[in-house]
Amino acid sequence: MDYFLELLLGGLTRGSIYALIALGYTMVYGVLGLINFAHGEVYMIGAFVGLIVSGLLTVLGWPVLAIVAIATVCAMVYAAAYGFTIEKVAYQPLRHAPRLSPLISAIGMSIFLQNYVLLAQSSDFQAFPQLVPDFEFLEPYTHIILSSELVIILAGVVTLIVLFLLIKFTKIGKAMRAISQDRQMAMLLGVNVDNVISATFIIGSALAGLGGILVASHVGQINFYIGFIAGLKAFTAAVLGGIGSIPGAALGGLILGWTESFATGYVSSDYEDVFAFGLLVFILIFRPAGILGKVSSEKV
Amino acid sequence: MKQSIIRWAGSILASVITLCLLSGVSIADTIKIGVASPYSGDLASYGIPAKNAAEIAVKAINAKGGILGKQVELLAEDDVCEPNTATTVAAKLVAAKVVAVIGHLCSGATEAALPTYRDAKVIVISPASTNPTLTLSGKYPNFFRTIAHDAAQADLQVAYALKLGTKKAAVIHDKGTYGKGLASLARDGLEKANVEVVLFEGITPGAVDYSALIRKISRAKVDTVVFGGYHPEASKIIKQARQKKINANFISGDGVKDPSFLKVAGKYAEKYYASAPTDVSQVAMAKSVSDEYKKVFGSDVGTFSLQAYAALQALAGSIEAAGSTNYDDVVKAMRAKKVNTPLGTINFDASGDVLGAGFAMYQVMDGKFVEAK
Repeated sequence: MDYFLELLLGGLTRGSIYALIALGYTMVYGVLGLINFAHGEVYMIGAFVGLIVSGLLTVLGWPVLAIVAIATVCAMVYAAAYGFTIEKVAYQPLRHAPRLSPLISAIGMSIFLQNYVLLAQSSDFQAFPQLVPDFEFLEPYTHIILSSELVIILAGVVTLIVLFLLIKFTKIGKAMRAISQDRQMAMLLGVNVDNVISATFIIGSALAGLGGILVASHVGQINFYIGFIAGLKAFTAAVLGGIGSIPGAALGGLILGWTESFATGYVSSDYEDVFAFGLLVFILIFRPAGILGKVSSEKV
Repeated sequence: MKQSIIRWAGSILASVITLCLLSGVSIADTIKIGVASPYSGDLASYGIPAKNAAEIAVKAINAKGGILGKQVELLAEDDVCEPNTATTVAAKLVAAKVVAVIGHLCSGATEAALPTYRDAKVIVISPASTNPTLTLSGKYPNFFRTIAHDAAQADLQVAYALKLGTKKAAVIHDKGTYGKGLASLARDGLEKANVEVVLFEGITPGAVDYSALIRKISRAKVDTVVFGGYHPEASKIIKQARQKKINANFISGDGVKDPSFLKVAGKYAEKYYASAPTDVSQVAMAKSVSDEYKKVFGSDVGTFSLQAYAALQALAGSIEAAGSTNYDDVVKAMRAKKVNTPLGTINFDASGDVLGAGFAMYQVMDGKFVEAK
């Protein structure tokens, strides 16, 4: 029973990581109908900013709590700035181009950012400091859950609730929903489409930055390539849950995380990906738009 | 590109001239030693430095009066690393009445040439062929090598696991050629030694975390974890394992013995075992040979240069000890006589594998890899 609980929590941690990144994919898709392949790279850049800022503040001798707070805020702001710029540079000029063009542009952006960080930071793995301190009250339970895992799960839950409320009850959320339903009509009714799209990128990228710093602190190492694999899995989670749907991204992330965790725990880690992608294929056969996705006839 | 071709052509020409001179001045009574390696083709960059090192070794031996008072004559033959050419080369060297051959480099070429040498009672010392069966098959009593074979690293890991009192082990790998190959050999070795291998699983390199596998290892309550793979995964695994209070021994190969591992895993790396080629940077002779090589050839020693140098020294030392170039006596001396070489003090075991050089086990102590005792 203990073992089951451990796997459950391990899967929950992984699922929360996937969900945090998947939210960015799904929000952009919901508003623009575009898969932002550079999203994984924004996550990676967030982690690097966290590393640089926390390193700097540690040298300056700041208190731990301040370092964590400032590094997290910096990572989110920086990632948001990247997201905003990527949209302006790579996607906005292609707003009215055929669907394939922004998709290619997204892949190009992803490759560009990876190589940019590779040149700026070398391909070596860098050690990432453990930002989350070991909580004393968790000491007897470390075999079940670590402090950093608990923080990731909490961050995932809080983010989801805030985002859900934002979409449901604020003006910008309403505008996002309007654009995702019918962009032309929303524009005619006075919604500033460009601003709302920018806001979507800013929010999604800030979440990726948050995910980047939390995961890097949990795992303890980063390099230029971490965004690719995390992004791929998060994208899978978004598709699984139904791309375009926010609860879908969360659900997809959790299902993927649990599948991987239980596959490793009860079968073999050799088959981790086999089970994860097998499940994806299985679900897409019966629900082509994902678990919570809306069925529509034109999608990429 | 053009320049490098000219330089290559120059160095080949120079060595040809050297050889002509050598054979020109040779008097009737010399000890002939063949050097067979690829000097052209894709792998020439391995073959030429090996031959160059052999030349320096011969020069040093001759300057000291040769072996048993006779000067040593080197016959270099190009095998292009191809089994067919290697057989021809072997026949040619045997016809030239060589006592021994330093080579061949590629395991395939060595294997093809060995029967010819064995039938003619010519000793062969390879500086580079690492295929385990060359020695372990027992078919070639005339074959020796100054480099550890591919399975030696796994053997060392198994021996160490047993030394640490392992009864139950987990073997994990990164699904790659290197990692899985090494891990499979280690698993087979452990099972042969009656250690219960409860887990043999591959991980996906680059995954966000390995917590499920760590929990599985924790539940299996193993004494030792052998991980075949590279340092980025090793540092992730060891960090989470130690955080989850797993106290098992961790053993890996040379893919983990890297400064990055120490930097990234930090305090969690402590006590991690990693086998790796013996560090010769502290051996005085390795340094003097490297300096001499650089002075003569204007470049740093190649991958197998020191092994080739050591091969010649081992041969020279054994002939001296045997007191003649008689095949049986020299073969016996090769196994018995310990010779000082750039690789350390070496001799050979019954199957022809080098003892005293090759792989050593290192352990992380206070943030550094030190040789485990």
